[in-house]
Amino acid sequence: MGGRLFKDFSLFSATLSLFLLIGIFAVLFSYAQASLHEFGFNFLYMEQWEIGEDDEGGVFGGYIPIIGTLLTTLIAMVIATPLAMGIAIFLTEIAPAAIIKPFSIAIELLAAIPSIIYGMWGLFYFAPIVQTLFGGNGVGLLTAGIVLAIMIIPFMAAITRDSMNTAPDVLKESAYAIGATKFEVIKDIVMPYSKGGIIGSVILALGRALGETMAVAFLIGSVMAIPQKITDPTTSIPVLLANNFAEAQDLEMSSMYYLALILFVVSFALISMAKVYFMRKR
Amino acid sequence: MNTTQKPIMEIKDLRFIYPGAAQPTLKGNNLTIYENQITAMIGPSGCGKSTLLRALNRIHDLYPGCKYDGEILLRSNTTGEMNDILKLRKENEFIKLRQQVGMIFQKPTPFPMSIYDNVAYGLRLSGIKNKGELDGRIEKALKEAAIWDEVKNRLNDSAMGMSGGQQQRLCIARSVALKPKVLLFDEPTSALDPISTAAIEELISELKKDVTVVIVTHNMQQASRLSDYTTFMYLGDIIEFGPTEEVFLNPREKLTEDYITGRFG
Repeated sequence: MGGRLFKDFSLFSATLSLFLLIGIFAVLFSYAQASLHEFGFNFLYMEQWEIGEDDEGGVFGGYIPIIGTLLTTLIAMVIATPLAMGIAIFLTEIAPAAIIKPFSIAIELLAAIPSIIYGMWGLFYFAPIVQTLFGGNGVGLLTAGIVLAIMIIPFMAAITRDSMNTAPDVLKESAYAIGATKFEVIKDIVMPYSKGGIIGSVILALGRALGETMAVAFLIGSVMAIPQKITDPTTSIPVLLANNFAEAQDLEMSSMYYLALILFVVSFALISMAKVYFMRKR
Repeated sequence: MNTTQKPIMEIKDLRFIYPGAAQPTLKGNNLTIYENQITAMIGPSGCGKSTLLRALNRIHDLYPGCKYDGEILLRSNTTGEMNDILKLRKENEFIKLRQQVGMIFQKPTPFPMSIYDNVAYGLRLSGIKNKGELDGRIEKALKEAAIWDEVKNRLNDSAMGMSGGQQQRLCIARSVALKPKVLLFDEPTSALDPISTAAIEELISELKKDVTVVIVTHNMQQASRLSDYTTFMYLGDIIEFGPTEEVFLNPREKLTEDYITGRFG
């Protein structure tokens, strides 16, 4: 009896996640219908985001927020990936035992800081530094990208460290036993052994960077313009959605659902690609 | 004892303490390893036999805080002198030592790469880049490890797909390829089935033509079948060392006799 109940409950839980996924997709898709009919795939290339006279209709295109999202994410990943790998390698293979613990705790705490705090810190403390170093207004692509990188580094480093820790000691010992150096053991044994976890952590971090709203909203400038320089302000999908939801109506609202759908599909596609990649590798 | 046999390693008054341990794990061991002979180390769990084995290629030093005292001498190829390996400090000295004193572990440890690359790995590390030379050395090593016929048609397959016994022979090939002077086996068959065990034992007997073997084993039949010399250890001390026949048939020490006859252990 108890076993039966438990089985049903776990089946229900597992099915629920599938239905949620389908349900969210269905809602996004149906609410985006008006915009989809109006603009079709041209939506992806159109730069305007203009409400019509008397709040009726208007022209809405997703090009700028899409580009903004991709560029901030790209900057964040380029900065974060090597640093996170370095941290993970240091913590698993190089650091003396006494400092592993405090470092690991610090990294886990960094990962737990709410994103709005990163946003405030970034805006009031970090943006002026970027401004002095690289010019521009302080807020913009670069600032958003760097703070985004800082946000995902601990997350990426923690997952990578955990998967590097699963490389068995005896495997590393056997590499040392045939004359490998520490660097060679890391490169040839630890990294290939934990490849799945490393790529997984990169993809999860990528997903987080794509969808990050609060911190980026503080730092990207929220300007509907194509950035010409790396320090220019622009906007991103989640930032545009968060800023415009309160007032949007009709076609603008539908266009925002369209953008949300794009973000959903891109995130979903990324993770599916990663899954397919892993399955083929194994 | 045959006087023509030359010592290749000599352990003198070796004491060893793990980091943070109150008691030394090895309490002043003396032992001679003879060239091209198989020396077995037996004794109950926790007696220090694996610790002693792992001192012989300083693999302990991968973990900080281990303390040695005494001498471990290894005969040099070039000068024939006995040099103390406990004096080594630099990473490249350890690498040279471990290329001369190889090690096979309890569980097979194939690297996550192809069969070919597993054997090629150590060779490439030692500086051999030439494809023809690599191919030759790999084929020879796989033949010496009695696994060539089973893998010659699938050298590019992942080593992870082999059976446990095959993986262990691959690991032996990987070590043999470097032409070590001494090979240390740490219970190499304890994770294998009887047929694979027999294959590995036969292989070890063959190997002694070219290398000196030191093997830690829990299996007393294995020690008596395989080895020329046997060391019995107990609580960090070497209780008895001698030709295997003597140790098993006519032990000098009561403790040895009790262990061998199964009265404890």
